[in-house]
Amino acid sequence: MESPGQQLLSPREIDTRIHRLAYEILERHPKEKFILVGIHRRGVPLAQRLAKVLEVERPGVETGMLDITLHRDDPQKATFSPDFGKTKLPHDLDGTLVILVDDVLFTGRTIRAAIDALFEYGRPSKIELAVLVDRGCREVPIQPDYCGLRQTIGRESYLRVRLREQDGQDGLFLVDNKHQAP
Amino acid sequence: MNGRKDLLDIESLSVEEINYLLETAGPFKNLIRQSVKKMPPLRGRHVLTLFYEPSTRTRSSFEIAAKRLSADVTNFTVSTSSVVKGESIIDTIDTLQAMQVDYIIVRHGAAGVPNLIAKHTRASVINAGDGHHAHPTQGLLDAFTMKEVLGPLTSRRVAVIGDIQHSRVARSTSMILRKLGAQVGVFGPGPLIPEDRHPDMQSFRCFNEVFDWQPEVIYLLRIQMERQKEQFFPSLHEYHRLYGVTDERLNYIRSKGIYIMHPGPVNRGVELVDGVMTYERTLINLQVENGIAARMAVLYWLQPETGSQRG
Repeated sequence: MESPGQQLLSPREIDTRIHRLAYEILERHPKEKFILVGIHRRGVPLAQRLAKVLEVERPGVETGMLDITLHRDDPQKATFSPDFGKTKLPHDLDGTLVILVDDVLFTGRTIRAAIDALFEYGRPSKIELAVLVDRGCREVPIQPDYCGLRQTIGRESYLRVRLREQDGQDGLFLVDNKHQAP
Repeated sequence: MNGRKDLLDIESLSVEEINYLLETAGPFKNLIRQSVKKMPPLRGRHVLTLFYEPSTRTRSSFEIAAKRLSADVTNFTVSTSSVVKGESIIDTIDTLQAMQVDYIIVRHGAAGVPNLIAKHTRASVINAGDGHHAHPTQGLLDAFTMKEVLGPLTSRRVAVIGDIQHSRVARSTSMILRKLGAQVGVFGPGPLIPEDRHPDMQSFRCFNEVFDWQPEVIYLLRIQMERQKEQFFPSLHEYHRLYGVTDERLNYIRSKGIYIMHPGPVNRGVELVDGVMTYERTLINLQVENGIAARMAVLYWLQPETGSQRG
């Protein structure tokens, strides 16, 4: 069993940060309808968790999931993932406020691809970005609107996010690249 | 999974590679059905179709698949090209190479031509049918279609009927089915059943023996008039009586819920009667639709060595 790495956030802290993200979204959009779109893989359970937190104030808030494989800027390096093609949105996005949700914001290339992919499904009125962690090292000019944790982490390190929906337990760990397991 | 440079036959594919391609074809089909008609992964790439034999549906299917992936497509029409002026295949390939194409989709009457071309170009080569040898994307789309209606193909029974000897479709489709664990039986005029076929492939002497074997799918091959220089059977009428799906046989097929497949184009009244075309378990149109998704999966998977503008 490999070491999980240095813990940056405990399960309890993860849950707190997710709650805070949810309320920041609500604060900025007290009346407006929006749809939470999670990017595969861990953006999807994260979007669902946010929807669950918002259930009291916003019963029935809509969620969707987005696979960006076909929109990557390095398609020839793309490997097959079980999420390939698994984009599910409740309706087309014309005039909709979309909040993209992902676990880690790093180079920004995933988000660029996600924005590209979203436009296949209509013309949203606005797109915002919510992430659990912003680790810096951007390669394109993209910034989050909502961010659970901001901490610059060098390229040589790997961040491991665990969410209970997919992994049984919440957690955020810093892994030295030598022991990297993506 | 890393892609190969070329797709020349089913033989050289591993079961993992076949499963990868079939699993990729599914999402492509769903995306098209979901109104996403065009996606960007082959943007900036150039696909060339090079057909030395006539074909409308295979060429169009590849062209649509390539365009859905945002590639540019050029159709190299051989009858109007310098081939008729005596240019050799290799010289043609050098010319095309100089035009910077990334994928060459080739059909030729002689077996092995796609392999020859593949050795002489950095572009990815896809065999779209060479002589009696192979037609790998047909095998893929057939397996994809059968999996869609039957689920996993392990131990499923597929009876292939017609000119097995001269059919690249029979070769590629039975090869992929056996790799996926299905059982393949063959039936047709005696001289058209290869004696050197795999020992696992049993042959039948009459249609009743086919039915007794209880196949889940009956796969009818097209009688290739253009390849029938020698006479292997007395007449088309006789062929229909002995090897075709007649009204009577269709009634039995319907009662057992057997699926019918055919690579097209069909010769009505020869391989099958009109009633087959409206039979609810005829998969012929589904094969056409799935052909595009399967070819998208192949184009997406292959990796040309021409250097990329992106990534």
